[in-house]
Amino acid sequence: MTTTSDVAARAGWDEHPPRMGFFTDTSVCIGCKACEVACKEWNGVPDDGYDLLGLSYDNTGSLSANTWRHVAFIEQSKPFGPQTTGIDEAPTGDRDEVRWLMSSDVCKHCTEAGCLDVCPTGALFRTEFGTVVVQQDICNGCGYCIPACPFGVIDRRESDGKAWKCTLCYDRIGEDQTPACAKACPTESIQYGPLDELRERAQGRLDQLVEAGHADAQLYLEDSADGVGGAGAFFLLLDKPEAYGLPPDPVVPTRDVRAMWRHAAAAAGVFAGLGVAAFVGRRR
Amino acid sequence: MAEAHPVGFQWVVEAKKRGATVIHVDPRYTRTSALADIHVPMRAGSDIAFLGALVNHVLSNELWFRDYVLAYTNASFLVREDFGDTEDLDGLFSGFDPEKRTYQTETWQYAGIDVGADEHGEEEKTTKYEQKGTGHQFGSGGAALDPGDAIRDLTLQHPRCIINVLKRHFARYTPEMVEEVCGVPADLFTKVADALTSNSGPDRTGAFVYSVGWTQHSVGVQYIRTAAILQLLLGNMGRPGGGIMAMRGHASIQGSTDIPTLYNLLPGYLPMPHALEHSTLQEYLHLNTPRGGFYGSMPAYLVSLLKAYWGEHAKPSNDFCFDYLPRLTGDHSSYPTVMAQIDGKCKGYFLLGENPAVGHANSKMQRLGLSNLDWLVIRDFSLIESATWWKDGPEIETGECRTEDIGTEVFFLPAAAHTEKAGSFTNTQRLLQWRHQAVEPQGDQRSDLWFIWHLGRLIRDKLAARQPDLGDASLDRPVLDLTWDSPTQGRYDDPDPEAVLREVNGWDAEGKAISGYTDLKDDGSTTCGCWIYCGVYADEVNQAARRKPGGEQDWVASQWGWAWPMNRRILYNRASADPEGRPWSQRKALVWWDETESKWTGGDVPDFAADKNPHYEPPPGAKAADAIGGADPFVMQTDGKGWLYVPSGLTDGPMPTHYEPHESPFRNSLYPQQSNPARQVFSRADNLSNPSPGESGNSDVFPFVVTTYRLTEHHTAGGMSRWLPYLAELQPAMFCEVSPELAQHRGLTHLGWATVVTARAAIEARVLVTERLAPLRVGGRVVHQVGLPYHFGPNGYVTGDAANELLGLALDPNVHIQESKVSSCDIRPGRRPRGPGLLRLVDDYRRRAGVTITTGDTAVTAPKADTTEATST
Repeated sequence: MTTTSDVAARAGWDEHPPRMGFFTDTSVCIGCKACEVACKEWNGVPDDGYDLLGLSYDNTGSLSANTWRHVAFIEQSKPFGPQTTGIDEAPTGDRDEVRWLMSSDVCKHCTEAGCLDVCPTGALFRTEFGTVVVQQDICNGCGYCIPACPFGVIDRRESDGKAWKCTLCYDRIGEDQTPACAKACPTESIQYGPLDELRERAQGRLDQLVEAGHADAQLYLEDSADGVGGAGAFFLLLDKPEAYGLPPDPVVPTRDVRAMWRHAAAAAGVFAGLGVAAFVGRRR
Repeated sequence: MAEAHPVGFQWVVEAKKRGATVIHVDPRYTRTSALADIHVPMRAGSDIAFLGALVNHVLSNELWFRDYVLAYTNASFLVREDFGDTEDLDGLFSGFDPEKRTYQTETWQYAGIDVGADEHGEEEKTTKYEQKGTGHQFGSGGAALDPGDAIRDLTLQHPRCIINVLKRHFARYTPEMVEEVCGVPADLFTKVADALTSNSGPDRTGAFVYSVGWTQHSVGVQYIRTAAILQLLLGNMGRPGGGIMAMRGHASIQGSTDIPTLYNLLPGYLPMPHALEHSTLQEYLHLNTPRGGFYGSMPAYLVSLLKAYWGEHAKPSNDFCFDYLPRLTGDHSSYPTVMAQIDGKCKGYFLLGENPAVGHANSKMQRLGLSNLDWLVIRDFSLIESATWWKDGPEIETGECRTEDIGTEVFFLPAAAHTEKAGSFTNTQRLLQWRHQAVEPQGDQRSDLWFIWHLGRLIRDKLAARQPDLGDASLDRPVLDLTWDSPTQGRYDDPDPEAVLREVNGWDAEGKAISGYTDLKDDGSTTCGCWIYCGVYADEVNQAARRKPGGEQDWVASQWGWAWPMNRRILYNRASADPEGRPWSQRKALVWWDETESKWTGGDVPDFAADKNPHYEPPPGAKAADAIGGADPFVMQTDGKGWLYVPSGLTDGPMPTHYEPHESPFRNSLYPQQSNPARQVFSRADNLSNPSPGESGNSDVFPFVVTTYRLTEHHTAGGMSRWLPYLAELQPAMFCEVSPELAQHRGLTHLGWATVVTARAAIEARVLVTERLAPLRVGGRVVHQVGLPYHFGPNGYVTGDAANELLGLALDPNVHIQESKVSSCDIRPGRRPRGPGLLRLVDDYRRRAGVTITTGDTAVTAPKADTTEATST
């Protein structure tokens, strides 16, 4: 990764630590939700309501201002790699194998972060670790960041109108502490560390899983050529991103802003030219 | 395990990453199944049929670890000639007394041991006072028997050799029978059998992990016994990566049996004395001390305990105050106590971190018991249901009880959380880990230690003031003479928990902390609050507080916390070496005999006398540890052997046998005998049973199997999770899990309501339809299973009916645990009626099923009493 992924340098940090991030290996997630709870405990995030959603064991639903880690539970009629289960031998008709995918979602801390690009107040900023953090004391609650996130991560909290999301535990990592979710994860499904190291580890794990028979295993958002320039929080998934409710090909909406303005300017020029021409023409 | 023990499950995940095969046997596809290599859905309550078939597979295919089994187990011992097996007696063992519903166990004994002349024998105990259910009371050493004269046949040819008795007993446990009884396809069973046996032997080991899914059955102890037989046959005990791990239900529940909250044990699994049997110290020690094994030093353990309790008052001249110990007069376990409350015999109750009003089986019975007390003390974090049932419990809603009629005086005392106090936790692996206090408790919250200690102090002050003149004759002396002198500290005069730990460890005549239980004496010169914990304060250091990271020590990690006994990480680890003392394989080496140094050495603390030569043979008359041979690893057993067959100490059979649960939609396919004949039943109007096939009544009214369990997001009866928003929001409602097939069959809709009914109660729950549950084919027909988490109750941020309302009381006869993991039930769409309508609904079910007080109380099933009786519709 060269200049483009040195997001901290781009943001003006002359000397900075390596870019830090999360690698979430969903193949060992056991859905304990310790990450959700640890995050809320450490960051003082309020509860998100007591609703039975019927989405398997997921009663959180999605990331929001009040949920910065969200564990999805996906029940599928597919085999779990080489796993054998007697479920498909049920005596009453057409049953396939089952598998139960679990995945802890979080802010992606994108290389090209739409929320950061559109924030008019500077409340959203790029830290020296390359992460993206909101400063609520500066946030004016305009909400521009919300549609700018291709993942629907950032959100305004009803009680104060400000934007909230995962900080990658900025207050912890600055003290050389592991973010709360990764610290609480019992199975090392959530791993925290320098992004370069995590990417290398992830590739090794992916190779292992594919070899073990998980044909659809894939890395998500680890590629700096993707629509968000790669993410600071990337994932190893066992199925297509859509299966987990993640956009398959996310694009930061601000990626084309410069080109759009250029086109708009050109269009304006054309319109102006046409107007002049029409005026001139009428005079004729 | 991933569901209820996610932190422990990290090691399973790590093992899997290193290539271990993970097998999960569970009626449901759970979070554990999600990561397993093999998931086996089975009918709840059929585990012995499954495990027994694995035993049969190992025996009949000669897959057992012959050298290990021959040397280290009782495989070669002969069973008495008059022993009768379930094969011969329609599913009963010899000696069953249908009147008393108990076994006379002398015919189960080894051949060569004359029970009549053996005054140590269990027989004396169980017949003399007709006391039922004493198995657990013998402690972990089992019953005291003298194996010296037992006859062995090392060629294993004799038909009464235990290995041959086992082969015959388990012969009918075939893969086909597994299919018939458990609903597990034979090919899936074979896959499990192959995985297990190919991972056992000199180079490899396999481990079993279980929890209350095994224990909470009317034949629960025998579930675990079957696993023990299997692990002994495969050579998986006492070796790294082997063993049977009991996942415990809470932090430090292991600690609460080591230093027990159980009525029939003293610390360190010493039996609680009985009022009629143990009038003197001599009598107690004579009856309970086995000749061989480490329990042979029971006099030293007990006398040191008495010294810890009564200090200077405990002298040789007064039997070290043995008379001061409380005595048993019968079965004082939890459920009989509740019945004594209902019957007006038990008037006061302490509930410390327990919520029986929703957390115990037959919750209604629990509440009726609470309603009939004079006083109730509750220490908890929140106003749990057991604190408020008198004003808003289910019986108030139905009109069965009125608040103004309930006379119980309720004292609610807020408790300190684990962050607000220091102390040790002892978990599954016998590891004591010290927790330091993070913050002072708020308001009136206090630690349990504070509460008990100050309660004792106040009671002692009152007694001292009340009866100053009665001297030694006073009934108050046992309390007044207690050593109740812990130093206190902090703002609230909290007793110093490290001082308590040091007292548990014990000290010698000079007052120095003892470093291990082998230093304990029976002459009163040592004290020790729990002999197995002796050494936790060795060198005057709190060994439990050690936290040397795993990366900074070897793989045994002996410097993280402290494991009882003697900081041993793997029990019976002498078995990791062959009889000559050499590791079975380098890959699985743990401890071994160092010939040049003449001592046992290796990675772990050897679970053996350090200098005992592998060729040592005990001289005649040797006692305690000296009676254990140099190649006998199971040092807690009186014969030093792993028991494939239990000649003494169990109340319901020397070998495990598949019985149907107390309530089942099926007849027992293996034997005419339907259920465990020795199970404890309570035929009362407040504890009715669903009929099973073959009994009078119509079992078809309750055609489904129901099982209860925990969710990761909640804790037990909810007292520690339903009041915490961060946990409550994660599982916000009581639900039932059903398969799509059952949903269609009964008209249940996802996220709609269902009502689940048994002979005790009807509860409602939201419906989760999931393919993670599948119907099974059992006994030639399809059976559906209903899953219910048991965390809910009417109080807290998230509420729901309690699953325990549905469950009745039928207990394992060895340990008196209830069968809460399986029952029969009906399920129907819609919410349950409110008010008296609820009672009418349950009454209607009882009437249709023909339930009476005697339903389910049959001890011995009459052969041929088959299907014809269950006819009405």
